[in-house]
Amino acid sequence: MFSEMPERTRLATAGAQATVASNLQRQRGSEQLKGNIFFALLLLAVAFALIGLIALIVQSAIKGAPAFGLNLITEGPSTINPEDAGFRPAIIGSIYLILGVILLVVPIGVGSAIYLEEYADGTKWWNRLIELNVQNLAGVPSIIYGILGLAFIVRGPLDLGFILAAGSLTLALLVLPTVILASREAIRAVPPSIRDGSLALGATQWQTIRRQVLPASIPGMATGVILAVSRALGEAAPLLLVGAAQFVTFNPQPFSADGYSAMPVLIYNYALRPQDEFRVLAAAGVVIMLIVLLLLNSFAVWLRNRYEQQW
Amino acid sequence: MEARDALEMARGIGADKPPRSLRSSSPRYGEKVIKYVLVACAVLSVLTTTAIVVSLLVPTIGFFEQVSFGDFFSTESWAPNLEPPSFGVFNIIVGTLSTTLWGLLVAIPVGFLSAIYLSEYASKRVRKVVKPILEVLAGIPTVAFGVFAVTFLSPLVGDAVPGFIKTPPFAAGIAGLAIGLMIVPIISSISDDAMRAVPGGLREGAYALGAGKFTVSTRVVVPAAISGIVASIVLATSRALGETMIVLLAAGKSPNLTLDPGASVQTMTAFIGTTATGDIATGTISYDTIFAVGVVLFVMTLVMNMISIRLVRKFREVYE
Repeated sequence: MFSEMPERTRLATAGAQATVASNLQRQRGSEQLKGNIFFALLLLAVAFALIGLIALIVQSAIKGAPAFGLNLITEGPSTINPEDAGFRPAIIGSIYLILGVILLVVPIGVGSAIYLEEYADGTKWWNRLIELNVQNLAGVPSIIYGILGLAFIVRGPLDLGFILAAGSLTLALLVLPTVILASREAIRAVPPSIRDGSLALGATQWQTIRRQVLPASIPGMATGVILAVSRALGEAAPLLLVGAAQFVTFNPQPFSADGYSAMPVLIYNYALRPQDEFRVLAAAGVVIMLIVLLLLNSFAVWLRNRYEQQW
Repeated sequence: MEARDALEMARGIGADKPPRSLRSSSPRYGEKVIKYVLVACAVLSVLTTTAIVVSLLVPTIGFFEQVSFGDFFSTESWAPNLEPPSFGVFNIIVGTLSTTLWGLLVAIPVGFLSAIYLSEYASKRVRKVVKPILEVLAGIPTVAFGVFAVTFLSPLVGDAVPGFIKTPPFAAGIAGLAIGLMIVPIISSISDDAMRAVPGGLREGAYALGAGKFTVSTRVVVPAAISGIVASIVLATSRALGETMIVLLAAGKSPNLTLDPGASVQTMTAFIGTTATGDIATGTISYDTIFAVGVVLFVMTLVMNMISIRLVRKFREVYE
């Protein structure tokens, strides 16, 4: 741009630019110092968070290292021989719990999201009530869901007793709002023109949802479901209240009243014991959980990037 | 041809037939059934809330038939399982406030400054790496933070500052540190979104007036995004209030009416978590106490959540 100008103009512009720049530079002497200190603080904050994360992962790995081995997966808990103890019943319990959560939460969560996005008239008070209610439920502490599970599912109206299925149901209610919110986002990302096109060709509303909206929003929903499930997998607090017993040495069954266990609960129980051998076991359990959760999360991110549609 | 003429002609052609309706030709009961099934799914979430409220309130009413309001909301000692029992709930409310406070003292500066960095300073590439890593923190189970706090942070702080932790390894400040680490991503992620929603024009205006990056960030972007930032902090507070596993492992279980970070405290969640395990008999006063404490916790977090939902909606309205 400068090369097209006459020489005099170019020089004048460059001179003016330099003057302005140096003027501004001079004025901002203290400003710049403040700016640099601020920038250092910002880096410090980010570094603190990252170091915290790294410390947690590395420390768990180092602390848990003596317990690493197949024992962790194949053996049950033992108070006598902590060296040979493992997590087998808790792993099986967690798998059952999560399968139950998926079975419950996917149809109900996606159904609610479809209703709120595709059918509900947002100006009606009852639909606003449902929306506000879902947002609020997402922020209710997990231990309150434990209380709900204890009073309503284990005892009270449903009266299932302290069985694994009651734990599944409690966890499902806990993550349901997350699934609804994520599924709504995914459905909202499908542009209205797709629906209009389908409806204009004579498809009914459900046909439009079933054949156009849902297929296009499945990756987004799957991501949301995976993230919600990984949250359920790591939750221990509500399970304490609905009967995930401390030391179950047998493989739990979904509807048996003999008791059940879950990974985070057993980790908690190991960590509570004063002997260091159990602390080591707890750290090793944390490592197992972190690996599984990291895999789940990476899978969710991959899924989102791989199938995300650009409209 | 005028549209009306065309309409007249069309009417003339099909004069003996009634005008065609745009409604579907058959009733399509299936569509209706599906809609009602979907409505039922959505209503389930309202039922969940109702169930939470009912299951909390019914035993709480039973509780207050035996214990007076004054005895409950008092600073007397907290010993609901002893004989004679004592129900000074402020002991465990202060315990909760203590761990929350120390958590926020860690998380607000770290989360807020990280958000400014991500939104205003970081290059696109750095942002793409750092933001997901911070979000990994949000996905770590809280029991892992608890184990980390009690096996690593507590000995670390105990060695660095001898005498700081009164009853090793339990201390409200240690639990707070772990809680802080846990809620950093909530603050950084939501604040970052709020700051990025501030239109570029505001920044450019300030730069044009000669402001530096520091001034633009702190005087323009932060005030413009303040409702989102406050919302993130409120949401993080609600999460900290309700956190259970970290305080169970790292804060101990002695109800102490103190904000001292080196003291062991019992929080409301820790009380519920320790008392409600195993077969606790229904109808007893200890059983009802769980629910009375649950109500206090539920109300506190509900207020926090409502405030944060309001604030988030506000910043969405302004800029999107």
